[in-house]
Amino acid sequence: MATVTFDKATRIYPGTDKPAVDALDLAIEDGEFLVLVGPSGCGKSTSLRMLAGLEEVDGGAIRIGDRDVTHMPPKDRDIAMVFQNYALYPHMSVADNMGFALKIAGTPKDEIRRRVGEAAKLLDLTEYLDRKPKALSGGQRQRVAMGRAIVREPQVFLMDEPLSNLDAKLRVSTRTQIASLQRRLGITTVYVTHDQVEAMTMGDRVAVLNAGLLQQVDSPLGLYDKPANVFVAGFIGSPAMNIATFDVKDGRATLGDADVAIPASISSKVAAEGSSTVTLGFRPEALIPASAEEKGGIPVLVDVVEELGSDAYVYGRPAGPAADEQADRLRSDQVIARVEPRNAPQKGEKINFSIRPGSEHFFSVKTGERLEP
Amino acid sequence: MELRILAAPREQQALLDLPWDMPLEQWPEWYLVALPRGISRHVVRFTRLGRNVYALKEIVKPFADREYQMLRDLARLDVPAVQAVGVVSGREAPGGEPLDSVLVTRHLQFSLPYRALFARMMRRDTVDRLIDALVVLIARLHLTGFYWGDCSLSNTLFRRDAGAFAAYLVDAETGELHNSLSDGQRAHDLDTARTNIAGEMMDLLAAGQLDESVDPIAVSDQVVERYEALWSELTEWEAFDVNERWRIARRVDRLNDLGFDVDELDIVTDIGGRTIRVQPKVVDPGHHSRRLLRLTGIDAQENQARRLLNDLDTYAAVTEQQGEDEEIVANAWVLDSYEPVLRAIPRDLRGKLEGPEIFHEVLEHRWYLSENLGRDVGLEEAARDYVDTVLRHKPDELAILGGTSAEADTTQPFRITWNDLQ
Repeated sequence: MATVTFDKATRIYPGTDKPAVDALDLAIEDGEFLVLVGPSGCGKSTSLRMLAGLEEVDGGAIRIGDRDVTHMPPKDRDIAMVFQNYALYPHMSVADNMGFALKIAGTPKDEIRRRVGEAAKLLDLTEYLDRKPKALSGGQRQRVAMGRAIVREPQVFLMDEPLSNLDAKLRVSTRTQIASLQRRLGITTVYVTHDQVEAMTMGDRVAVLNAGLLQQVDSPLGLYDKPANVFVAGFIGSPAMNIATFDVKDGRATLGDADVAIPASISSKVAAEGSSTVTLGFRPEALIPASAEEKGGIPVLVDVVEELGSDAYVYGRPAGPAADEQADRLRSDQVIARVEPRNAPQKGEKINFSIRPGSEHFFSVKTGERLEP
Repeated sequence: MELRILAAPREQQALLDLPWDMPLEQWPEWYLVALPRGISRHVVRFTRLGRNVYALKEIVKPFADREYQMLRDLARLDVPAVQAVGVVSGREAPGGEPLDSVLVTRHLQFSLPYRALFARMMRRDTVDRLIDALVVLIARLHLTGFYWGDCSLSNTLFRRDAGAFAAYLVDAETGELHNSLSDGQRAHDLDTARTNIAGEMMDLLAAGQLDESVDPIAVSDQVVERYEALWSELTEWEAFDVNERWRIARRVDRLNDLGFDVDELDIVTDIGGRTIRVQPKVVDPGHHSRRLLRLTGIDAQENQARRLLNDLDTYAAVTEQQGEDEEIVANAWVLDSYEPVLRAIPRDLRGKLEGPEIFHEVLEHRWYLSENLGRDVGLEEAARDYVDTVLRHKPDELAILGGTSAEADTTQPFRITWNDLQ
């Protein structure tokens, strides 16, 4: 078991100027389950493949523990790529199914027996070692397949979208199983997915990439509560965060008829960078219906109400005379709010929301970086 | 959702009649031509429409679309692979629940899954030939920038090739097409191939279907050694003294013998002008089969083509036409030799082997027969004797499909996916 370090690791594909992975700095702890997530083309798979030795590294270094593996062939790296599936061989015993790859590598018999025994103990397969795969349940078979990877005693497991060939329902139930298996094995794991929900539910920490650049690495809650920039704010969370550009004046942020009080520290940070606008984000659950006597608020015209039983979501448009201006400066074409399911508004209704104090997210319009009040 | 069949018009019509509102697993038997192939991680069934047999694989839509596109790309690159016919998506059961898409490929006529080969013969030299064929396929794929990701005997189909085999890629699901492959990608692909092949061989051994003299580990080592040797012949720089320029021609000859054409050579002379360095830039497989096709219109595998071309050369010598235009002689050879032999094969025996393979076997047969009888036996007599004593007793190989048992998980390697964790 080991740590994994990306040290300014860079990959530039031949014939392109822009790095696919640009000076990635990432320290993964021993035993950690780290998820690389981002939209297609963000560099997450390339990063994993650089670690696996499938992609060349054009700059920087990659270390597993203290070993510099930057230019090492894949098989010398002590990593195991976990495939989407494994073949099991029906005429071979469970023990042979788990250990045959060691035989190919020339591992001595006693050593194979020891490693298979240990893996079997870890996977609750000890009593089945002499049986044929047919005698096993589906779950046991899957653990035999996993055993094939474990007996190699890899320092790191690598998984590249292992659930992408499953339909949505199976993906949801399977991801918890993988996460719990990983925790039980305690092997450092790097997992790639494009699905931010999968990332949030599985990872100890999640690294968000975009356009070859690491945006933020943090615990799932850390990413959700304190996104480091506008990209992370918009990418993490489902339904997505509402994000729009507001004018800043006299301690308030306004956009058309929307009018929100902001901390003085934000006003001064905005002024300090020479701007008169700020990017304001608020999650659907941060919106609460405003009381009549409250000043300002965010008027929304309800288009659709999505009733989920435990929650209800309002999908609406900015309302009021200056609605068009608001829509232009919204990052998506709708405003989403979570509301009381037993008390949901009707389609066509106009509601004035206010943001729960302290749950606003502010970002610089110049850099996109988070502004802390 | 609407049922959508993406395919060529001719095949679209035929495909329309299939019961797409049923999961493949539940299709009634009259639609199917064989039992399931056990190795696939998905449900796979075979069906016959008109004169063709099709393989149907049930798989989530993005994967079906991706593999379809990949197989089309490989076909464009002239890589031996199964032919993608279409994708059927938007399937729904009568109750409205959505069903996965189906990738449709055309079954490769006269192709043999390795398990079918081992059910009849399992000698050491057969194993060697299978491995050689697979190594050539891997190298060809790597030359085109294709990373297979899951190379195995199970994911390959074999066609007879004048006593040897030609390998075809069947499953491109894990494949990736790059401009060129890194050494790491090639090494990893080979490592996967090696592990899979060793596992498959060990399983055959445990099932008693493999000669005891075959050592699965030695076979898997052989895969790596042969690949490395072939790869360096195909791609490496070679340096020699300026006076040894004949070595350029020798390199080209060696590549031709391996079945590759050299379309471009990179030649660099050192500053002193004493040393020449040479590297093949563009190599195309199918040297002999392309030449045969050009001369005769006969579509054959590489070794078959080599065999037929040798016979064509002999024909030219015997009939004293060596100085003649090659194409004219080839035309005469087809009329005098090739076609009479194939015409001598009764219609009901034509599904046994492909035409060029039959011709190759008749040539072999003539050699043995002549030796036994102590006189030179003519082609026609050899063909007649071959039909009665050999061909008639061979199994039909036009459409041999994978499975032999309804319980695939007792006889063949099978796939475990992550949802089995449930």
